[in-house]
Amino acid sequence: MLLIECPYCGARAQIEFTYGGDATLSRPGDLSAVETKEWLDFVYLRENPRGPHIEWWHHSAGCRRWFKVRRDTLSHEISATGTPDSNLGSGSV
Amino acid sequence: MSRQPYRITAGGLVDRERPLRFTFDGRKFTGLAGDTLASALLANGVRLVGRSFKYHRRRGIFSDGVEEPNALVRLRRGERAEPNLRATSVELFEGLEARSQNHWPSLEFDLGAINNLASRFMPTGFYYKTFTWPAGAWMFYERFIRKTTGLGRAAEHHDPDRYEKRYAHCEVLVVGAGPAGLAAALAAVRSGARVILVESDFRLGGSLLRDPRPIDDEFAPEWVSGVEAELKSAPNTRILKRATAFGYYDANLVAVAQRITDHEGKSERFLSRQRIWWVRARQVVLATGAIERPLVFAENDLPGVMLASAVRSYAVRYGVRCGKRAVVFANNDDAYATVAAVLEAGGSVEAVVDPRAGGPGDSVRRQINALGVRMLEGYAVVRAEGGDSIRSATVMRFTREGSILTGEPERIDCDLLCVSGGFNPTVHLFSQSQGKLRFDQVSACFVPDVSRQAERSAGAARGCFGLQEVLSDGVEAGRAAAEDCGLTRARFRVPEGTEEFTQTAAMLPLWAVPLPQGQRGKRFVDLQNDVTADDIALAVREGYRSVEHLKRYTTLGMGTDQGRTSNVNGLAILASIVGSEIPAVGTTTFRPPFTPVTLGALGGREVGQEFAPVRRTPMHAWHERAGARFVTAGLWLRPQYYAHSGESMMDAVYREARAVRRGVGIVDVSTLGKIEIQGRDAAEFLERVYINRWKNLKVGRCRYGIMLREDGFILDDGTTTRVAENTFYMTTTTTNAGPVMAHLEYYAQTIWPQLHVHLTSVSDQWAGAAVAGPKSRDLLALACDGADLRNESLPFMGYLETTVADAPVRIFRMTFSGELAYEVHTPSNFALHVWKRLLDAGREFEVTPYGTEAMSILRIEKGHVVAAELDGRTVPSDFGFDALQRKEGDFIGRRSLERPGLKKSARRGFVGLVSEDGRHIPRGAQLVWNPNADRPLHTLGHVTSTCYSPNLEKEIALALLEDPEGHGDELLYASSPLTNEHVPVKVTHPVFIDPQGKLPRG
Repeated sequence: MLLIECPYCGARAQIEFTYGGDATLSRPGDLSAVETKEWLDFVYLRENPRGPHIEWWHHSAGCRRWFKVRRDTLSHEISATGTPDSNLGSGSV
Repeated sequence: MSRQPYRITAGGLVDRERPLRFTFDGRKFTGLAGDTLASALLANGVRLVGRSFKYHRRRGIFSDGVEEPNALVRLRRGERAEPNLRATSVELFEGLEARSQNHWPSLEFDLGAINNLASRFMPTGFYYKTFTWPAGAWMFYERFIRKTTGLGRAAEHHDPDRYEKRYAHCEVLVVGAGPAGLAAALAAVRSGARVILVESDFRLGGSLLRDPRPIDDEFAPEWVSGVEAELKSAPNTRILKRATAFGYYDANLVAVAQRITDHEGKSERFLSRQRIWWVRARQVVLATGAIERPLVFAENDLPGVMLASAVRSYAVRYGVRCGKRAVVFANNDDAYATVAAVLEAGGSVEAVVDPRAGGPGDSVRRQINALGVRMLEGYAVVRAEGGDSIRSATVMRFTREGSILTGEPERIDCDLLCVSGGFNPTVHLFSQSQGKLRFDQVSACFVPDVSRQAERSAGAARGCFGLQEVLSDGVEAGRAAAEDCGLTRARFRVPEGTEEFTQTAAMLPLWAVPLPQGQRGKRFVDLQNDVTADDIALAVREGYRSVEHLKRYTTLGMGTDQGRTSNVNGLAILASIVGSEIPAVGTTTFRPPFTPVTLGALGGREVGQEFAPVRRTPMHAWHERAGARFVTAGLWLRPQYYAHSGESMMDAVYREARAVRRGVGIVDVSTLGKIEIQGRDAAEFLERVYINRWKNLKVGRCRYGIMLREDGFILDDGTTTRVAENTFYMTTTTTNAGPVMAHLEYYAQTIWPQLHVHLTSVSDQWAGAAVAGPKSRDLLALACDGADLRNESLPFMGYLETTVADAPVRIFRMTFSGELAYEVHTPSNFALHVWKRLLDAGREFEVTPYGTEAMSILRIEKGHVVAAELDGRTVPSDFGFDALQRKEGDFIGRRSLERPGLKKSARRGFVGLVSEDGRHIPRGAQLVWNPNADRPLHTLGHVTSTCYSPNLEKEIALALLEDPEGHGDELLYASSPLTNEHVPVKVTHPVFIDPQGKLPRG
């Protein structure tokens, strides 16, 4: 079970959190300009990296804040966490 | 004390004043407090304790600990029966009942032993090879084979015992309380660390219990007691006995299974039987010791062949002699200590057989010579002979190079053969922590190499074997762990341990003694799974050269002992056959649990009713008194219907549903999800998360909203009310309350953080009742403290704040049933009070409380959708909700609705169905033209909701159907092949009652 550093609450056990998927995607802002393929890639396509991955976690049984986590999908090591506006890098290497 | 023929008259850590009675296979015996079941059986001369897995060979106690492959018993009986417990780990208690396993009809006479005679015809992979022909026949054979396989038999009743879990944190967790673990704990505690020390035995000391060599001139058990006393008196230190660390997980989380009342022999009403500790440690010291390796030679599985260290342990710790005439067969010096132990226990040692040409170290040789024991250096035991027990061992001259046997075989009579092939550090937890192993050529074993977590191994667990070396290593590990926690290393003198032998010689790796020329025999590598050296050779010939494949093909290293005594021998044999080195062959993956953990303990208190929390509305007690039958909705309990005496369930449901349409009904809707949305961008936020318009909603008005996922499918529906300019009150469906809240928070916090919006879940803070039916306004007029409820003042989809019997309420004029209806929400603490007042006011209108069943009928009659329709595969236009859709701007899922597959023309639409012949329309039925046509049938649609309508007196249903407008008077069939029901139906408008919607607006 992971130990996750919530940027608001500190280190807590994984059972307090809910996983929320890839945090490197950005939702297209202008719908009239977005190509169908671009949109569908945003909705459906996800990288499945072996190594560092930037992802959303929700402190669902805690402060109810969403935040970013950089986690190694191979070793489970969490090397950084940050608020939604933080830049934890690109994720997959 | 009753006669225990193999008990030594004095000595050992057993309490001779406390005899304990027990039974094994129904026979009565007596042991002593401090015994394990294994030591008590040995004290009584019981050698045959089980039958092997495949060949049903006779097996005896082989070890003295968790590595035991043979002595598996079923403990207790009835609902408390537990199979596959190691007799070597079961602490003896008064009245203990144990049974041997794996035989029929009895342990002594087992028909399954025919497998042993037939073993030439049952090679490795026998089942794979034999029962695959003819193709598909396995399913037939399997029924018979299953009866003869498997280990032990689980209890068939509900487990009556209680289990619990506990979370704990510490700075230094020490696993194992042998000399290294005790030294480490001592050093960590003296450095000021918060320490948890975990020991699976019921007594601290580890190997010191069998090798009680003096430490600091103290008898080892006294030194252990001293350390234990110091640890106990230290602040923030906890010693867990009878506690096995079985799993090492991410971020230094170690799972420990502790036996609390198992050794009491009875369950204490207020005590849990076992407890799982989840220990999160800053630093972990693994002082898990080492497990002795057997030697592989012909018929090495006979009862009476035992690990040398175990023989010593039974003699020294338990005061039990395992035999009267022993032969010791060992490739290392440590096992020579067994010679003295056997002699002191009153036995004789017929010979020490040592495959090393040069024999043991000088000091060892001097001691053995002084004891007058015959030494055979450069010899090996090639075969054991016997039946229920070993009777002799045959030795031959052995040359390591080429592994050659020469000379005349000599048969030595004995009833005990102590074997030692060296030691394997217990690296299981280390490996679970993702640490990398290294093969140590000197000790011929795998040792920890590179750590991946905040952990260090100490003592025998990392290949240190001399007592002094182990103590120093433990102290250093404890100090270093404390230092890594930011503490200062304690300075103190390292305890001084006395070595058994001062000059020792290196061990000689010996993986399998060859069979003498022209002889046959089984040389067991894995005793539990009956895997022999020849089986490994056969598997390699058949191409299973990878250690992981070998394991799965031969079952080497599987079972309850997970190959603790067999793995390294097995892969060394594999390496020698394929001409590779042991490190290159590698090990199989070590996985939790280290030893079997009972499922009850893993479940803890979260079983039965406590599996999940139960949520009750504030009116629950009232519902109970009113005769409600409850149904679960998520975690909630909701009234399903209120049974009157003499009524069937459906009578009650139809009575309730009719009452709403004819007079007035009341239903508890407190379970709805409720979210308060505040902030100056609240309306903007709602426009982005719903498909609807919100900015034009006036204060004091409600609106029905549809929420999509980003892929365009409907996530949830509900009404949202503008309570104030920048405050909205949203309701969600009961079971979606949590997911919708998380969904909204995600968008508010991560996608549109610039919006000024604040979300608060108020589901628990507000309770609600829906009052529905033509008389609902009259009822409310009586209940409310003078509020103006006229149609002009509170129109359909209007909102009003007032009081009911002085309690504040929010009234929403909205309908689910299609009747004139209101929802009355109130702070939960007032809810029962308000509910009662509403019922009082309704008395003159004969208000009828109704449950979820009637509510469901009413909404089907009205064609309202619920989760059955909003099943994650439907889009707004399927139900005509596209009319609600905002024409311009962005909202979640909007872009996906442009996909061709989500266009109305490509999809099924929402319709009603009426049964033509009055039969019930089956749930989940598919709609077809002709159910008897050739398969596959083209499916036109499917039934989503179905019921008997007591108001229309018809069987009706809601469905999604291709070309919903185009079926006219056509007869379709609602076909349910599973239940063989095929009901003719006609297609109608999905709103059966008041399609113009006049009633709720009246």
